[in-house]
Amino acid sequence: MNEHITEIVIFTVLFLLVSGMGFVAARWRRADNLASLNEWGLGGRNFGSWITWFLVGGDLYTAYTFVAVPALLFGAGATGFFAVPYTVITYPLVMLVLIRLWSVSHVHGLVTPADFVRVRFGSPTLALLVAITGIVATMPYIALQLIGIEAVLKTMGVTGDLPLIIAFAILAAYTYQSGLRAPALIAFVKDILIYLVILVAVIYIPARLGGFGSIFDAAEAKFAGTPAPGDGILLNANNQLQYVTLALGSAMALFLYPHSVTGVLASRSRDVIKRNMSALPAYSLLLGLIALLGYMAIAAGITPIGKDVNTVVPQLFDRMFPDWFTGVAFAAIGIGALVPAAIMSIAAANLFTRNIYKEYVRRDATDAQEARVSKLTSLVVKVGAVLCILLIDPQFSIDLQLIGGVIILQTLPSVALGLFTRWFHRVGLIAGWTAGMTAGMVLLYNIANPANNHAHFGGSAFPLSKLGFDTPMTIYAGFLALIVNLVVAALVTVVARRLGSSEGVDGTRPRDYTADAGDPEVKDDLEPAGST
Amino acid sequence: MTDPRSPRSDRSRWNWVLLLAVVIPLVPALFNHEEPRLFGVPLFYWLQLAFLVVSVSATLIVYRVTRR
Repeated sequence: MNEHITEIVIFTVLFLLVSGMGFVAARWRRADNLASLNEWGLGGRNFGSWITWFLVGGDLYTAYTFVAVPALLFGAGATGFFAVPYTVITYPLVMLVLIRLWSVSHVHGLVTPADFVRVRFGSPTLALLVAITGIVATMPYIALQLIGIEAVLKTMGVTGDLPLIIAFAILAAYTYQSGLRAPALIAFVKDILIYLVILVAVIYIPARLGGFGSIFDAAEAKFAGTPAPGDGILLNANNQLQYVTLALGSAMALFLYPHSVTGVLASRSRDVIKRNMSALPAYSLLLGLIALLGYMAIAAGITPIGKDVNTVVPQLFDRMFPDWFTGVAFAAIGIGALVPAAIMSIAAANLFTRNIYKEYVRRDATDAQEARVSKLTSLVVKVGAVLCILLIDPQFSIDLQLIGGVIILQTLPSVALGLFTRWFHRVGLIAGWTAGMTAGMVLLYNIANPANNHAHFGGSAFPLSKLGFDTPMTIYAGFLALIVNLVVAALVTVVARRLGSSEGVDGTRPRDYTADAGDPEVKDDLEPAGST
Repeated sequence: MTDPRSPRSDRSRWNWVLLLAVVIPLVPALFNHEEPRLFGVPLFYWLQLAFLVVSVSATLIVYRVTRR
């Protein structure tokens, strides 16, 4: 490992520097005390446009994304580029939804999406389902961040589990102490590093490989030489529907993830969110450029370490850059894993505290107790994530994350549509959720992937021929499951209403959804949190 | 603080441009071509990145016209 010593030193120094920032963050924009979820879990709910941009950007565009998306293009070509339309359409798609969520959450002191469902539909059961869905979908996502770090460590020749455990222990410690302020502060460093590395990469590497023209030609030649029918630098007639539904389904799912909601609710006003909808696509541009690194790896003749395609980008950097800059690039990926992992564990912990602990264990929990439970839960969540990666095949986490995207979509009728209409009956929503989850599992179970020897859960592209259609086309499984969910929710709503089933109390008023900072009912951030 | 405050609404005809920004990037017929290349990059890649401009414009327009 001596040939990588420069890289390891720079990586370690930057990593420790950022960790120090994480601990200091508790004093940043200091509140009187951190002993409430508004402070520990939402950073005081007072972040302006810039902080929100770095925080949400650092949260959504994770280290795993930066390693896995180019790996997808490396392996299959154009289909992996879905990440670009996905992150392009998500902002216009969710803009009007998020400002309503912000308003109603600030009027009622809500912290999680499940909190909203609880107030809106008067159904602790539905809220519990939404909370559990969120936790289950987030857990493997946290574990995947470790895969990002692992890919970098592998390339540097660092083996063994200890470095990974140390990295996550440091992360756990400063998240415990500083809450959301830690990732918010670290995100500045992470994103500046990432932007720097990628800008250099997309100018420097193509110049060394003979320009973009020859990079794409090399990719085209590679895919022409493989027997797989679905790969290539363009889509074919059979995977276009999958490409489009996967992009749309992922775009709808993105802001249903609890960690995205955490970032949004931590902002100061509706205007901050609106401005960010125009500013966050800068990260999508970055992601698009990063995706092309996959083709650059092909042109450079990179082969994965073992069978781990996630190592192609770290190896590309290692091959192309001088050692010191490779160290910077690896640090960017490593630190890039810390920000989302911290926010995700905070979001999962908030869900547990608000919608399970407070609802079912201690109804009269004080703000301080809530904060303490959340802090402890965030530790448990991270230990769980580390164990997931160390004890179980990492492929399991990748499969789980795939499932996560499908299941989080099933909360769309309750959370996203619930922000606009109370038409759905709570019983209908519960039935729809159940049907959507079942359909999603059955569909995913029936997707095979010969490429990685999976008879089941082999991907998200469901062949329509299995439903009896005479076509080789595929469609995103989550999208089909959502349709099942919506149809069942609507049908059961009509039936439940006919039978006169109780609707539950709607704790919100129409004007709550348009309230803004400065309105009397929008709670002052530094006051103790109001109860729901 | 003088009440009654003016009723606020998110409704606007301009919101339709958001729909446009969502639909356009989802039409493969528009971008699933190799030519013309731009600096060697096939249309498939540069055009989908260029759709960012549509997305940003749409959200900017809605932000501007609905600002208080």
